[in-house]
Amino acid sequence: MSAKINTKVYVPRDAAALSVGAEDVAVAIIGEARRRKLDVTVVRNGSRGLFWAEPLVEVETSQGRIAYGRVTAADVPGLFDGAFLKGGHHRLSLGVTEDIPYLKHQERLTFARCGLTDPLSIEDYRRLGGFRGLARALTLAPDSIVEEVVESGLRGRGGAGFPTGIKWRTVRTASGAQKYVVCNADEGDSGTFADRLLMEGDPFLLIEGMIIAGIAVGATSGYIYVRSEYPHAFRTIKQAIAIAYKRGYLGVGVAGGPFVFDLDVRLGAGSYICGEETALLESLEGKRGIIRYRPPLPAIKGLFGQPTIVNNVLSLAAVPLILDKGATFYRDFGMGRSRGTLPIQLAGNVKRGGLIEKAFGITLGDVIEEFGGGTASGRPFRAAQVGGPLGAYFPRDFLDTPLDYESFTARKGLLGHGGIVVFDDTVDLARQARFAMEFCAIESCGKCTPCRIGSTRGVEIIDRVIAGQDRDRNLELLNDLCELMQDASLCALGGLTPYPVLSALEHFPEDFDRPAQSLRAAE
Amino acid sequence: MDLQVNNRVAPPWDDAEALEIVARHRQMPGATLPILHALQERFGYIGRAAIPMVAEALNLSQAEIHGVVAFYDDFREQPPGRHTLRMCRAEACQSMGCNTLVEQAEKRLGVGLGATTADGKVTLEAAYCLGNCACAPAAMLDGELIGRLDSARLDRLLDRLESAS
Repeated sequence: MSAKINTKVYVPRDAAALSVGAEDVAVAIIGEARRRKLDVTVVRNGSRGLFWAEPLVEVETSQGRIAYGRVTAADVPGLFDGAFLKGGHHRLSLGVTEDIPYLKHQERLTFARCGLTDPLSIEDYRRLGGFRGLARALTLAPDSIVEEVVESGLRGRGGAGFPTGIKWRTVRTASGAQKYVVCNADEGDSGTFADRLLMEGDPFLLIEGMIIAGIAVGATSGYIYVRSEYPHAFRTIKQAIAIAYKRGYLGVGVAGGPFVFDLDVRLGAGSYICGEETALLESLEGKRGIIRYRPPLPAIKGLFGQPTIVNNVLSLAAVPLILDKGATFYRDFGMGRSRGTLPIQLAGNVKRGGLIEKAFGITLGDVIEEFGGGTASGRPFRAAQVGGPLGAYFPRDFLDTPLDYESFTARKGLLGHGGIVVFDDTVDLARQARFAMEFCAIESCGKCTPCRIGSTRGVEIIDRVIAGQDRDRNLELLNDLCELMQDASLCALGGLTPYPVLSALEHFPEDFDRPAQSLRAAE
Repeated sequence: MDLQVNNRVAPPWDDAEALEIVARHRQMPGATLPILHALQERFGYIGRAAIPMVAEALNLSQAEIHGVVAFYDDFREQPPGRHTLRMCRAEACQSMGCNTLVEQAEKRLGVGLGATTADGKVTLEAAYCLGNCACAPAAMLDGELIGRLDSARLDRLLDRLESAS
């Protein structure tokens, strides 16, 4: 053939893909194509969120994009020996990407574009429907934007589930010389990675959501607070902001409209409590991440004492679609008072972990079995911790719980940020309960006594239980302590740490009744 | 996957350069964390001299700046080892056996979490979630994320660290 055909090959640049060798794979593909004198363009896309299959390499063909999963650099010559560039069969082939059941059975609204293209291509973003929500917002009165978000039923995806539109309305009507939009990207919960995936895979979506929020409430300045454990996301967002400024989407005259919106990204410094919104604001102001008393609410007196929206990445990222397609479109997904979709993060001891965006209402069991394919170890399932380190441990009997805020509350659990961590039967729930208290002790900001002292006492009590000392009395004491922490802590850290502890006690009492172990071994 | 070891060595603390870094960031709203990050990014730690420097630039008390440095786990007041290995020990990684891997690393390096080897080569730290929970257990070496860590891969990684400078 004289004219060479250019083939596009996608190799993700997402941190999770890089963590399992995507960079080496990209280098190998470029090298192999050169050696064989083939015209190949390697696009470094975001991840589709099918982390079980990373590095997930895709080839663009006439039948659509064909995926190859868990590709290593060593597999590359063999792939080229086959009909890789035509999407030919290979033992690593997963077929047409869109038809992979894991992806096909999702309802991707927020993550619809994630992983499709180079995340920093603003042209690709626009071509794939980006900035349509902003365009519509610019035709509406700010009050109408707020009402659209209220109507959509969107609730805060950070964990608390507070109606986003109501928060916006409060800031809209609050008076202040300067209002702020703050994005909470301090995604510290174990088992969660949706914020990271989105910031690395579709950063302009978050930026668009923040611009809309700014216009809606009259805020001209925004900050994204990214945890320092996410250096890749920080770099991507920083670059995306620079591009958005260059292209006129940020600064004076946003997208050609009459508004001003400045945006900056800030790095956290390894403190879990800074995911709590008032501690986050303190940190942004340059102080220690100590939580604030409420009231006043941040919506009235937030960053630098001004009215401030503090929203999670996923809440803000849901906004462009709500504006683009309308509140009704969004609220038609979901169940009960949980409207829209939930980006579920399936992780831990599970065969197929990754991002699963579904309408609220799918059961915990369906996520773990249908999507996850059971445990990674192949051993029997024993527990799932939902909602991060402050979430309850649910036993097998609870796998029928629908993913919905109220259903989880009814079972003394919480949905939180949508993370699910699966454990097989080797897990010892007494040790997990101890870890919950230990984690609280490490991360407590120290402002209130129930959290600061209670967590340390909690570790000691559980150690005595594990060591077999006076078990009944110590378990009674532990229950009392949990009740006190729940009732008297100032924020969710101390207030929710009892969830994993009490659920472990309630559903897995046998783990607190094992033969005594030495205190040393309990550590 | 080939586990790479970077050999980026931070320059020794330099008051004049530190002052320049402080000056470059001081106008930012809430400049304390950005300044401290920039100093640590450059020198690997926050030198003692930084406390009065930052306090003066921001018109805050030294106690306040010291409080910030001490509060956040990221900020170091001592130079770290030439390499930093952070191992995640949060729940998702626990479910995949991270605690055994932490023990393995501690044993081979001869230090516990939060400590630096006697030769100043490696600082071993705990992390509480690196956001790689679907590819657990996770770790981070000199800022590069590592997923699906197992005992054999950890051993290879430690071999490389041993032969690195």
